[in-house]
Amino acid sequence: MDILNALVALTNFVLIPATAYGSQLALGALGVTLIYGILRFSNFAHGDTMAFGTMCTILVTWMFQSMGVSFGVLPTALLALPFGILGTMALVLFTDRTVYRFYRQQRVKPVVMVMVSLGVMFIMNGLVRFIIGPGNQRFADGERFIIKARAFKEMTGLNEGLAIKTSQGITVVTAILVVAVLFWFLNKTRTGKSMRAYSDNEDLALLSGINPDRVVMITWLIVAALATIAGVLYGLDKSFKPFTYFQLLLPIFAAAIVGGLGNPLGAIAGGFVIAFSEVLVTYAWKKVLIYLMPEGMGPEGLAQLLSTDYKFAVSFMILVVVLLFKPTGLFKGKAV
Amino acid sequence: MSETVRNSLLFAFVGLLIVLDGTIDFAFFSGSWNSALVILNMGLISAIMALGVNLQWGFAGLFNVGIMGFVALGGLAVVLISSAPTPGAWQAGGFGIILALLLGAMTILACTVIYKNTPKGRFRAVLLIAVLAVGFVVYRKIFDPAVAGVEAINPANAGNIGGLGLPVLLAWPAGGLLAAGAAWLIGKTALGLRSDYLAIATLGIAEIIIAILKNEDWLARGVKNVIGLPRPVPYEVDLQNDPGFVESAASYGLDPVTASTLFVKLQYSLLFAVVLIILLVMAQAALKSPWGRMMRAIRDNEVAAEAMGKDVTRRHLQIFVLGSAICGIAGAMMTTLDGQLTPGTYQPLRFTFLIWVMMIVGGSGNNFGAVLGGLLIWFFWIKVEDIGLLAMQLITSGMADGSALKIHLIDSAAHMRMLTMGLILLLVLRFSPKGLIPEK
Repeated sequence: MDILNALVALTNFVLIPATAYGSQLALGALGVTLIYGILRFSNFAHGDTMAFGTMCTILVTWMFQSMGVSFGVLPTALLALPFGILGTMALVLFTDRTVYRFYRQQRVKPVVMVMVSLGVMFIMNGLVRFIIGPGNQRFADGERFIIKARAFKEMTGLNEGLAIKTSQGITVVTAILVVAVLFWFLNKTRTGKSMRAYSDNEDLALLSGINPDRVVMITWLIVAALATIAGVLYGLDKSFKPFTYFQLLLPIFAAAIVGGLGNPLGAIAGGFVIAFSEVLVTYAWKKVLIYLMPEGMGPEGLAQLLSTDYKFAVSFMILVVVLLFKPTGLFKGKAV
Repeated sequence: MSETVRNSLLFAFVGLLIVLDGTIDFAFFSGSWNSALVILNMGLISAIMALGVNLQWGFAGLFNVGIMGFVALGGLAVVLISSAPTPGAWQAGGFGIILALLLGAMTILACTVIYKNTPKGRFRAVLLIAVLAVGFVVYRKIFDPAVAGVEAINPANAGNIGGLGLPVLLAWPAGGLLAAGAAWLIGKTALGLRSDYLAIATLGIAEIIIAILKNEDWLARGVKNVIGLPRPVPYEVDLQNDPGFVESAASYGLDPVTASTLFVKLQYSLLFAVVLIILLVMAQAALKSPWGRMMRAIRDNEVAAEAMGKDVTRRHLQIFVLGSAICGIAGAMMTTLDGQLTPGTYQPLRFTFLIWVMMIVGGSGNNFGAVLGGLLIWFFWIKVEDIGLLAMQLITSGMADGSALKIHLIDSAAHMRMLTMGLILLLVLRFSPKGLIPEK
C-alpha cells in the first residue's frame, strides 16, 4: 500500500506536471528549431511571439465570454485559439516582410539575424505590454479538474490524492495532435518535403526548383501556430504574464539545443528532458520518501535538491553538460 | 566635414540635450539640474557598460547577452567589500560556508580528473555518480547549518555575512575582478562552442546570477535588499550643516538644499567621468595596439587567424574576461550611486539588451561610438516615457474625456520604451548598420 501511495504522490506532483510542462516546452522548442533549420538563426523573439499569440487568444476569449459563448467543460480559450493563431500569423508575416527579408536577401551572418531578432523581441514585448499590460492574466474557465484529489482518494482508498487538471489533459492531447500533424506534414506532403530539402541543403533545393519565398512563408505560418498553441497551453496551465513568457526563452532554447538544433524530433525529446529534470531536481522528495523508507527513517528536511527558484539553473546545467559531451545535441542537429 | 568635427558635434549634441534638460522646462525637458545630472550620471555608467560590450562584440565578435549578470556581480562586490561587517557572522557560519563551497568546487574538480584519467566504461560512470552524490551530501551537511547560523543573526537588518568595511572606491576594481572571475568560468566552458551557444549560455548565466542574489540571503540579504551602502562623496545633510558650504552656496545664489544635492551629484559625475576616461584611453590604446589588430583579424576571419598561428579560443577568453570586468566595474559604480543593492530590479531588457542597443546605435567597433551611444540612448530611455505621454495626449486630444480607449492609451504610454528601443535598433541595423560613429 505504501508503495502505491508513493507512486501516486510521485505521479501527482512530478510525472503529470512535468509531462504537461514538457509538452509546452516541446511545442515552443519545435518553433525555435524550425526557424533555425530553415531560416538559419536563433530567434530570440520566440518567447514574445508566444506572448503575442496568447494575448490575441485572451482578447478573443474575453470577447466570447462577454458574448456568452462558451465551450462547455472545456476552456473558451480553445475556441479563441484559431483567431489567436491567425493574428500571430499576420504579425510574423508582417515582420518577415518588413524586417527579416531584407537581411535574408543580403545573406548576412546568422549572428546579425540574431541581433535583428532582438529588435523584433523588443517591439513585440512593447506591443504586448502596450495592449494588455504587464500584469498577470488568468483566462482559464470551464471545468477545472478531470480527476479531483478527493474523488480519487475515495475511489481507491489510498492516502494520497491524484489530481489531473483539465489544462494538463488538454495540453498533452493537443501536443500529441499537433506533433502528429506536423510530422505528417513534414514527411508526407510535397510542401513539407520541400521544407526539409531546403533545410538540408539550400543550394540543391533552389536548383531543383523549390520556391524559397514559399518555404519561408510556410515556415513562419507553422511557427506562428506552434508558438500560439504553446503559449496558450502554458497560460491555461499556469497564467499569462509577458515577462514570464520572455523568461521561457531559456528553457525553450535549452530544449531545442539539447535535442539538436534544427531537428524536430530532438526538440520534442529536449522539451521533456528539460521539463522532467527541472521538476525532479526542484521537487521536495520528503512525501515520497516517507512512504518508501522504513518507519522512523524518513528524511528530516524536505529532501529537495535545489530550491524552485533555481529551475533556470537546472535547464542551463543540462544544456552545458550536453554541449560539453555531445556538442550537436542528443539527436544530430545542424550547425551554421 | 571632417570626421573629428562630425564626432565632436555628435558629442556636443548629447551635451546640449543634457544642458537643455537642466535649463528649460519645455516639452520633455524637465528644467531641473538635479534630474539632468541624474541622467548624466547613469549615462556615464551606461557608457562604461557599452564600452565593455564593445570590447567583446566590436573587437572580437563575441555575442554576450549576459551583461546583466556581470553588472549584478559588480553590485555584489560593493556589498561584500564596503558594507559594515556583521558581528559574529564569520564565527556563526561564514567559515562553514566557505568550507562547503570549497568542498563543492573540489567535488567538481575530482569529477573532471576522474573523467579524464579513467577509461571510458561503466566503472567510470559509477565512480562519477558516487563522487557527485557523496560530494553533494557532504556539501549540504556543512552548508545548510552554516547558512542557518549566518541568517539567524539579527535577521531584521542583517542576517548576511556582511562586508569588510573597506572604502567603497576599492569595491569598484573588486567588482571588476568578481565579474572577471565569473566570465573566466563561463568562457572556459562556452567559448569553444558556436556563437549562438555562447549567447544562450550567457543569457542563462545572467539569470542564474540574479537567482543566486535573490535567494541566497546569507550573501547579500536577497530580496530584502542591502541599503545604506557607504558613499565616496559627502552626505547632503552634512553639507547643509557645514557653515562654509552654506556660505559658498549663497555666494552663487543657491539655497543650501539645492546646492548640496547638486554638489553631491556633480562629484559623482566627476568620479564617473574620470573612470570612463581612464577606461576609454585604455580601450583606445588596446584598439590601436598589435593586440587590437589581431583581435579584429580574428573577428573578421577566424580560420585565417588560426592559420597564422593565433590561439583563437584563448584570445576570445581573454577579451571576454576583460569586457565582462568592465561591465562589473560599471555595476559596482551603479550600486554605489544607488546606495543600495536591489536584486529584484535587475531585468535583462534593461541591463542587457538596452546596452546592446547603445553599442549598436553608437557604432560597434568604435570606442567613442559606444560611449556616445551609451549617453544618447540613456537620455532617450529616460525621456521616451515623457515623449510617449506627450504623443499620446496629442493623439487622444480629439477623443472624449473619460473614454476607455483614451485612458488605456495614456496609461500605456509607459510601455512605449520597449517599442521605441526596438524600433531604434531595427532602424539603425537596417539603414546605418555601422552606427553613428563607424569603425575606422
